[in-house]
Amino acid sequence: MKKIIAILLTVAVALFVFTNLYSGDSDFKAFGEKSLEETVSKEFVNKTVDPQRVQPETGSANIVTSIVVNYRGFDTMGEVTVLFVSALGVALLGGVLRKKVTFRYKPGFIINQGMKIIVGIILISGIYIFVHGHLTPGGGFPGGAMIGSAFLLMYLSDDKFRTRIAAFKVLEGLAGSLIMIVGLVGLSTGGYFLYNFLPNGEIGQLLSAGIVPVLYVLVGLKVGSEVSNILGDFFIGEVEE
Amino acid sequence: MSQYLYIALMFVGIYGLLSQKNILKMIISLNIMELGLNLFIISTGYIKEAKAPIILFGNEGNYVDPLPQAIVLTAIVIGLGVTAVALMLARNIYKTYGTYEIDEIRGENDD
Repeated sequence: MKKIIAILLTVAVALFVFTNLYSGDSDFKAFGEKSLEETVSKEFVNKTVDPQRVQPETGSANIVTSIVVNYRGFDTMGEVTVLFVSALGVALLGGVLRKKVTFRYKPGFIINQGMKIIVGIILISGIYIFVHGHLTPGGGFPGGAMIGSAFLLMYLSDDKFRTRIAAFKVLEGLAGSLIMIVGLVGLSTGGYFLYNFLPNGEIGQLLSAGIVPVLYVLVGLKVGSEVSNILGDFFIGEVEE
Repeated sequence: MSQYLYIALMFVGIYGLLSQKNILKMIISLNIMELGLNLFIISTGYIKEAKAPIILFGNEGNYVDPLPQAIVLTAIVIGLGVTAVALMLARNIYKTYGTYEIDEIRGENDD
């Protein structure tokens, strides 16, 4: 009975949304018909590809990265803080258990040996993604998630590895503090928080775009260590000594 | 029109949240809903025959809208945090009650 009510309710709301999504007074344009000239994004794109300008305002080849890390850098700092609060919540909730989590299975030979081959490749790919965040698709968040997945594989494959790694807490705090310090240096030199105080360089080079690669590497390290911390909390709980 | 498909995916998630009694299935429904919404937000930035917003050599102008992609990056990270906390709460509930079913936790059986 409850499932029928759920179906009816969902279908009713879905019909309402489907009929009104592209009706006359809707703000959504038809799929693919959108014009960039009418949106805020026009400014972001024009400041990056303006032919009169010698180089883009941010120096970053990837326009999404220039929005995320430069124009909305303060927002990204808040985003990293949200992830930190979430990791803190997971650690606190896991501490209630006071018991070590045990698994019913033993890691087999294939995952044990395959891990040694594949973990290095995953780690290097993750680091490559967040170092090249201002040139190619990707950036700090996907790269950090890849590093976290490499540590998930290590946790799964090795019994001895199932201890909380203290270095991640240090790395996480260090990266978070360095993001703050970079922002404050910008405040003291340029007049506002996260001011781009480094030279922009030539577009397309690895060392370009001012503070964007610096911030994205820090974000990548912070996200990677936070995801690894969350995974470690799931595997351990709080062990009582 | 792939946009309708993304909205439909969101409603699949809402239906799962309304109908399921298992906590893990509810978390999965939450993630499906979030995935549908993220896909929809990205699709609002699509422009026909436009390229990815990355400046390559000799490739200027005619990009898709980069702002929805930047916003969705934020939404994905928030979703990761919410899912992590929800899974930890589910684990604590399992340790306390020994079950993931909401009916059994309440001690009633009225479906």
